[in-house]
Amino acid sequence: MTAAATSTSPPASTGGQSGVRLARSRRNAELSLLLLAMVLVAAYGAMVEASVLDTVTPSFWVPAAALSAVFLGLHVAIRFLAPFADPALLPAVALLNGLGVGFLHRLDLARATPAERADLATFAGTGGRQLAWTLISVALAAGLLAVVRDHRSISRYAYTLGLAGIVLVMIPAVLPPSISEINGAKLWIRVGGLSIQPGEFAKLALLAFFAYYLVRKREVLSLASRRFLGVDFPRGRDLGPVVVVWLISLLVLVFEKDLGTSLLYFGMFVATLYIATERVSWLIIGLVLFFGGAYLAYVLGDVIGGPFANFYLRANIWLDPFADPYNDGYQLVQGLLALGSGGMFGAGPGAGQPLKLPEVQNDFIFAGLGEEIGLFGLSALLVVYLLIVERGLRAALAVHDSFGKLLAGGLAFTLGLQVFVIVGGISGLIPLTGQTTPFLSAGGSSLMANWLLIAILLRISDAARRPVTGGGSPSARPTGGPPEQLHGAPTEVIRP
Amino acid sequence: MNAPLRRVGLVVMVLFGLLFANLNWIQAYKADDYRNSDYNGRVQVAEYERKRGNIEAGGTAFAVSKETDGELEYLRTYPGGAKYAHAIGYKPVNLADTGIEEAENAFLAGTSDQLIGDRLRDLVTGDETAGANVLLTLSKQAQDVAYEQLRENRKGVTKGAAIALDPRTGAVQALVSMPSFDPNPLASHDPDVATTAYNELQQDPEGPLKNRALGEVLPPGSTFKIVTAAAALENGVTQDTKIPAGPSWTPPSSGLPIGNAAASICPEAEVTLMNAVTESCNTGFAQLGVRLGADTLKEKARQFGFEQDDLTVGRLGEDGEPVAASRTGGMENADGSVDPAALAQSSIGQRDVRMTPLQGALIAATVANDGSQMRPYLVSQILGADRTTNYYTAEPDELRQPVSDQVAADLREMMESAVQNGTGRNARISGYTVGGKTGTAQDGDKPPHGWFIGFALDEDGTPVSAVCVLLEEAGDGGSAEAARIAGQIMRAAIASPGSR
Repeated sequence: MTAAATSTSPPASTGGQSGVRLARSRRNAELSLLLLAMVLVAAYGAMVEASVLDTVTPSFWVPAAALSAVFLGLHVAIRFLAPFADPALLPAVALLNGLGVGFLHRLDLARATPAERADLATFAGTGGRQLAWTLISVALAAGLLAVVRDHRSISRYAYTLGLAGIVLVMIPAVLPPSISEINGAKLWIRVGGLSIQPGEFAKLALLAFFAYYLVRKREVLSLASRRFLGVDFPRGRDLGPVVVVWLISLLVLVFEKDLGTSLLYFGMFVATLYIATERVSWLIIGLVLFFGGAYLAYVLGDVIGGPFANFYLRANIWLDPFADPYNDGYQLVQGLLALGSGGMFGAGPGAGQPLKLPEVQNDFIFAGLGEEIGLFGLSALLVVYLLIVERGLRAALAVHDSFGKLLAGGLAFTLGLQVFVIVGGISGLIPLTGQTTPFLSAGGSSLMANWLLIAILLRISDAARRPVTGGGSPSARPTGGPPEQLHGAPTEVIRP
Repeated sequence: MNAPLRRVGLVVMVLFGLLFANLNWIQAYKADDYRNSDYNGRVQVAEYERKRGNIEAGGTAFAVSKETDGELEYLRTYPGGAKYAHAIGYKPVNLADTGIEEAENAFLAGTSDQLIGDRLRDLVTGDETAGANVLLTLSKQAQDVAYEQLRENRKGVTKGAAIALDPRTGAVQALVSMPSFDPNPLASHDPDVATTAYNELQQDPEGPLKNRALGEVLPPGSTFKIVTAAAALENGVTQDTKIPAGPSWTPPSSGLPIGNAAASICPEAEVTLMNAVTESCNTGFAQLGVRLGADTLKEKARQFGFEQDDLTVGRLGEDGEPVAASRTGGMENADGSVDPAALAQSSIGQRDVRMTPLQGALIAATVANDGSQMRPYLVSQILGADRTTNYYTAEPDELRQPVSDQVAADLREMMESAVQNGTGRNARISGYTVGGKTGTAQDGDKPPHGWFIGFALDEDGTPVSAVCVLLEEAGDGGSAEAARIAGQIMRAAIASPGSR
């Protein structure tokens, strides 16, 4: 079979050329872009103060400076740990993270009485907490870069990570609602004053497992098939893992009452499956299973209620948010009204009324921002997200090993899908579900998990862009070689 | 793997394209709808940046906006509290506006097109000129008396209404519904306070939010005999015509015997129409109604304003508080033929006849005003924030002419007799000629409702006030107490007539 032939040929044949082209590390470009992003964050802070306090305080630059210090730290770490990493990722994420902190600080200002506003400390309130979480998250990201010197070493813990992922997903479902439920969705572990969203981390662990599993099984998943209606469908026994993941997604949907997370896991799996096997039939099966399941949940919610009632309610709110604008539809209606009130250009930073929005620091932060920065501002934010996702996919395209391709592609797609799920939810495109907006929403779990995601993308992009030197074959790195079956795995499947 | 990765990139592009298109739809195409949506609190913040105009009666403001240091700049307060709650309505932050606050919102809030001058000046000066002030027709004294007397009625009744009109203009002199409520918590800027207050009022079985003076429809009982008498006077009967009466009468073909409230009332075989009204003779009016026929009776009631379902009370020519339609109800058998038993009971205001207190006051006012029924209204004037620019002055308007001045004069004499010598003695006012009609209305198994409709004329014979008082489920003697309260209200309205 051709697989054996390809597995013996080193991937360096294509990498050699690109290595010459990408020899420049572009770290200085990253630094300038980062500084530009921080200038934007500082300018945003100044505009907020001008609008809310009618004056710009002499210390308006402090949060931006604190953020800059944190991100510069990461930049320096990247210089040493991943010198060839994609230079656009860090500045783009830093911009989003910085604007998130700025907006949360703006919410603190709005919540404070006029007397308290003037001397609201930088590290106080949600904005201050988010700043602290940023520091911790960035430190974790740097730590990950330091510990994982070759992304393929992650695959050695694939089964452990897979198990950990499933456990993390399941914890909130089995915990009593008093500990795990917030706003109708059972996604949390609340201990004392701390809320942890294990699903955010489960996402990363599960993806690592998917990538490993699919690299090993892709031959059989992509080649053994039955032809039906002109499309190659897989054999029944190969469907097993897909069905398992589908069931897990549906269990999440039913027991954690959260469509978004369910959609996210399933979308993540189907996408990696498709990338691994290059077979459209998986996409069709995945979409049919998911939409069929969602429709079934809707019908069951109508007929028997119970665990499906929440989804049924959310679907109905989505179909007509204005049917019950003060109770059931309140959140979505207020979100739409905030976006509409912002219009094309927005009210201006600090000039909107974000406190009219329930959950504006979490789910509805995009709507809260939208009221103030308008369609133009939101479009810019979407472009920044798109840039991060496409940069991630680019790293996937350029990296030479299958595991790296799948992991980077899956992570990048998951990030994009999460943005789609929450932004689509608050703008009425799809039923609203409680997802965090990556890098913007208040909350440590989401921020940490997403920074770890970025760290992995940085690591993979570094491997993708690293020039191939004489003795620098990936397997010869000091951190220890990756498992054999991955090292030799082909990146393309040659079909008969 | 690169081909599917590129396709995934494309899929993400498409997903983001959908988000972008949807945001365009919301923030550009639908932006104006959302920005001005009723559910959009931002409209409120802008609205509360301008001081809302006062609602005043007799030179005193009963709805005033006061400056606060909260997010919403002005707090609406109601110094009159429960006394003026139904006349003025209220303006809550999130809930629906009611009453004059709702009907005159454009002027009060300063958004009316007519206030364009103020708004243009604001553009130049950067100020926020307050909204226009709405002046009501209410007489402070009559409103005080109506509220106090109704609340402290001697029958211990908890539900009822009183409304007084100037018969010559239709200007409302007093408007009270009992039980009432304090509108101040409803206007609170704390949504919890407002919602809690509203839910409590909403769930109160006594229904304090209901404006009974305009919205309650109950059997009018004997007050409806004025309508029957008017129909009779137009069909060959005079004040002195003897009509068949008796201690008891059973309508032909079916039904229970109809009796009188007391054995002393019209036991003789025949009484004059004058006496039938004075004593409130049920047997006489039941037979009179059957003789006149259902069509005649219904038509007369319609001419007095029954069946009208689009009347509002506020500013003339504009929307105001809606008035429930009074109805004569069915008087037919299943096959469409007239049921004499139903007709007989309807002629004395029972069966399915239903009337609002306002309709009762309109009947009395029509009789007092030579048969001309003036359109009722509450808003007498709208003054700009500078208190000199006059945007509106009420010009009284005839609503309809239910009876000729001759028939009105006859009805007046009979109603005066009822107060002078008959059932309505409690309404007498020294120095004034008072006419009226009591009503004790059976309504299922409940204790009967007490009604009184009446009017007062000064020594020149000029009508000065017409009133209707309703005491729900008052039991025996309810109509006498209603008559007493009506007299007190008219006395106050005479002393201080309010504006027109």
